[in-house]
Amino acid sequence: MTDLAKLESETLAAIAAADTLDALETVRIAALGKQGSVSALLKTLGAMSPEERQEKGPLINGLREAVSSAISQKKAALEAALLNARLATERLDMSLPAPETPQGSVHPVSQVMDELAEIFADMGFAVATGPEIEDDWHNFTALNIPETHPARAMHDTFYFPDGKLLRTHTSPVQIRTMMNEEPPIRIIAPGRVYRSDSDATHTPMFHQIEGLVIDKGIHLGHLKWTLETFLKGFFERDDVVLRLRPSYFPFTEPSVEVDVGYSEINGKRVIGGSEKWMEVLGSGMVHPRVIANCGLDPEIWQGFAFGTGVDRLAMLKYGMDDLRAFFDGDLRWLRHYGFSALDVPTLSGGVGA
Amino acid sequence: MKFTLSWLKEHLVTDADVTLVAETLTRIGLEVESVENPAASLAAFRIARVLSAAPHPQADKLQVLSVDAGDGPLQVVCGAPNARAGLVGVFGAPGAVVPANGMVLKVAAIRGVESNGMMCSTRELELGDDHDGIIELAADAPVGTSFAEWAGLDDPVIDVAITPNRQDCMGVRGIARDLAAAGLGTLRPLADVYRMDSLTPVAGTDAAPDVRTDDTEGCPAFFAQAVSGVTNGASPKWMADKLKAIGQKPISMLVDITNFVSVDLGRPLHVYDRAKLSGALVARKARDGEQVLALNGKTYTLDASMTVIADDEIVHDIGGIMGGEHSGVSATTTDVLIECAYFDPAHIARTGQKLALTSDARQRFERGVDPAFLDDGLAIATKLVLDHCGGSPSAIARSGQPPLGKRHVAYDPALCTGLGGVTVAPDEQKQILENLGFSVNSDWQVEVPSWRRDVDGPADLVEEVVRIIGLDAVKSTPLARTDGVARPTATPAQMIERKVRRTAAARGLNEAITWSFLSEREASAIGGGAWSLANPISEDMKVMRTSLLPGLLSAARRNMDRGATSARLFEIGRRYLAEAERATVGVVLAGDKAPRGWASGKAQKFDAFDAKAEVLALLEAAGAPIANLQVLGEAGEHYHPGQSGTLRLGPKTILASFGALHPGTARAFDLDGPVMVAEAYLDAIPAKRTSGFMRSDYRPPALQALTRDFAFLVPADLTADALVRAVRGADKVNIAAARLFDRFAGPGVPDGQLSLAIEVTLQPQEKTFAEADLSAISDAVVAAAAKLGAVLRG
Repeated sequence: MTDLAKLESETLAAIAAADTLDALETVRIAALGKQGSVSALLKTLGAMSPEERQEKGPLINGLREAVSSAISQKKAALEAALLNARLATERLDMSLPAPETPQGSVHPVSQVMDELAEIFADMGFAVATGPEIEDDWHNFTALNIPETHPARAMHDTFYFPDGKLLRTHTSPVQIRTMMNEEPPIRIIAPGRVYRSDSDATHTPMFHQIEGLVIDKGIHLGHLKWTLETFLKGFFERDDVVLRLRPSYFPFTEPSVEVDVGYSEINGKRVIGGSEKWMEVLGSGMVHPRVIANCGLDPEIWQGFAFGTGVDRLAMLKYGMDDLRAFFDGDLRWLRHYGFSALDVPTLSGGVGA
Repeated sequence: MKFTLSWLKEHLVTDADVTLVAETLTRIGLEVESVENPAASLAAFRIARVLSAAPHPQADKLQVLSVDAGDGPLQVVCGAPNARAGLVGVFGAPGAVVPANGMVLKVAAIRGVESNGMMCSTRELELGDDHDGIIELAADAPVGTSFAEWAGLDDPVIDVAITPNRQDCMGVRGIARDLAAAGLGTLRPLADVYRMDSLTPVAGTDAAPDVRTDDTEGCPAFFAQAVSGVTNGASPKWMADKLKAIGQKPISMLVDITNFVSVDLGRPLHVYDRAKLSGALVARKARDGEQVLALNGKTYTLDASMTVIADDEIVHDIGGIMGGEHSGVSATTTDVLIECAYFDPAHIARTGQKLALTSDARQRFERGVDPAFLDDGLAIATKLVLDHCGGSPSAIARSGQPPLGKRHVAYDPALCTGLGGVTVAPDEQKQILENLGFSVNSDWQVEVPSWRRDVDGPADLVEEVVRIIGLDAVKSTPLARTDGVARPTATPAQMIERKVRRTAAARGLNEAITWSFLSEREASAIGGGAWSLANPISEDMKVMRTSLLPGLLSAARRNMDRGATSARLFEIGRRYLAEAERATVGVVLAGDKAPRGWASGKAQKFDAFDAKAEVLALLEAAGAPIANLQVLGEAGEHYHPGQSGTLRLGPKTILASFGALHPGTARAFDLDGPVMVAEAYLDAIPAKRTSGFMRSDYRPPALQALTRDFAFLVPADLTADALVRAVRGADKVNIAAARLFDRFAGPGVPDGQLSLAIEVTLQPQEKTFAEADLSAISDAVVAAAAKLGAVLRG
């Protein structure tokens, strides 16, 4: 074996034997450092004759290459082993729970109101609002309900000492809209209403939505279409069947109550078909006197109005069975029946969530 | 309004069964609430004869009967003392369900003897209270046939909801008239129904009673007839059965006649015992404070707006609402006065509302009875009294005039299409109206029948035609649609509410809806209220809220009571202030902010900065200019005075308040531990100016920003916000942001001072900062801070 071959095999053996970065560095200095064995060989090149250098040069340089390459590889291997060893000590139980984020929710009444706004926007209805503390004229008189009218007995009204009252329905918004806007009018008016009534299906405060169309040539057929379209859109079912019944409201003439067909499945009312009927809406053609009370000419303008309970629509669509729970703020109920912030009703994504 | 099918058929000649009748009623606007046939539960019970009765071998009190229920002898064990051979009674075969207790009869051995059914008592069949023995029927009752049918119990009771406009249907007669018009049969002439030759008043020989009306507003007409020498016994079976079937208790012939006519014809009457009257019977205004003991046993105090019927001494009747106890008829009554009056509907309504007194009479008078039916009603009542109680009639007294003015409506049959949406031939419309009692002349002047007080315009006539034709005939007609995609309809205020709601939910808050009204105690904990109900449903729901916090705090407490450890609640609703209703969002954070955890350690409580973070996020979602808001004090008495604040735009406009709830207020709502609350006043947020969809040009700074830290010693009462604002304002061109990152008091900081450290972001504009630029900016920052008493830490 030549000296060179011996030096190479000894140095490579020392590199292979180095088991720490420090040991490897010691080998590196011994071979490639200023005083290193390989460095010493390289220094001899300068004193050689050209012929000798031609012969020995590649051999010595090859040795240097082999040694530095072996050191790099060994260094990378030792570093990898070191990292692996450290990572092994950093192992965590990834089945441990991540930090909890509180789950917020949107109340079903708000959700349903957003759904209704979406559906009616597509039919060209804007959303209107009005005060809840109303006067007698807007809540009753303008709606063709004079003081002694028996219909007032149908409204269990909350009064304030000064004679003002809590609106018993959203119909005063109709009046305010007709007085402030030029027809044609298409609005819905959702909001809180109040009646002095409390049992399993009645609460002293609840939510109604009112619809009003005032235009020329509007008749009962338009009302029927609007309600059918609305309920089909709301329940996202094509088999919604309506039954219209003549009824009486002082502010409409003719007056129509609307039943929707449903069937009972597992004790829940499921809208669709015509197996059984349930009243869902009151409606009718706006009474000519109401139109005149708002300063419009009933000979020119006519239209329809309808009203229904938002809470009840929510119950029918989403299956709650106790109205009182709507106003209790029970977090368990709110999370169970509530909606995620991103469940925004849209026509393209569907108005149900 | 209840009646039976057979009662209806007294007026309506028809083959229709109860199903068709009920469907038709609902279809024409007389909504059927229920149809109940008392025979339905008795269908399995048949008439049977006891053939023989022998003692039970094992039991003294039992007998072994042989019973024939039409199919030959059956052995039945019976404990009734009256069971005996030859008795005809009611038998329930195995499989029948006993109405009183729901027991299903079956073949069973009773004390060792087989029994194949049961002989029933009155109580078992829910026909009465008698349980002393089994039912005994007439000996000729047809054995083997249905008992219910034979007993006349197979007569469905129909309950109809009568809308306030249809007084005429507060009587069976009116309902029959509507059904006839709807094509369900023909209306029998009223005289025939009452087996009278005609409805002409009954001529009397005795002098007319002395009655008159002195109150022609409240009681425009007071008609009366007396009958002397009557015997007031029990009413005949047909009348008693009808009243019982609709849940009214027969009382005596005279009382039952008034109740029957009221239900049959919608015509209230009153009968006085003449022996209890003294002098003339007069309809007059009550005197303030005058009292009357009414037939319901209660004493009512009247006022001068109310109409009464009184004699020389006392009030005998709250006119048109309820009779008085004193002059009511009894078993010993011999001379009666029958009142058939017309009371003004508005007067009746006001009096009834004031006295909170409802009655069948009030229901009818306040809807407006037929003013043309006084003589007919009186004739029918007198005829019934004479037929069933005997006696001799007086001449008729008539005081005043009912409002008989004819009413006409000019009608255009085309309106049926234009308003009702259904085209009906004019001839057919005419026929429908005439069937309902209207008269129609050749140029469509329609005369309204006296009993249809509700009809006064062409729209009413459209309704009559459409409801009889049926609303099914109305075809759905699409509303005209504007061209293109539906346009946005939400107002800015609605958009704000939507954004705030979904932002709150996204941040982990749960939306609640709480009552608009509070108890006085709850309201006073947050500074009282401006509106208190005069007639609250309960003391807990009396004062309109001026803050959303009480409702949310009570909801939080209920959740804690149910074992919740944390509540993050919000509500969007109105505050009811003296001058306006204001859109508001309220937030309550109670209990633990985070539960104890393997990584985080102990459970964390909310602090006031959690409330600040929520309210700022909600304000930002609402479009408020967050960067321009100032934090000031005066959040309110219900806040912790040192851990609360208001967010204001300028010194006056308060957009929100937030902070820790005052411990005293928390205690008032039974909440333990720190509770954080906030309210943002959505309608105080200035409207955003919109300038289209286009954003401003995108111009990121060409040069990189750098940061410099400044630590100041400041007086302890200087707010961090003031210092940060001063620093940011020191060089408006070059300082892009200033952010407080450290606050320290303790070793190294003199007493009464704080160390506040601020990271300032400097944004070079045209060229990078030279050292001189940086020291100039630095000097400006230090100078600006110095104005607030802040000294740069060495």
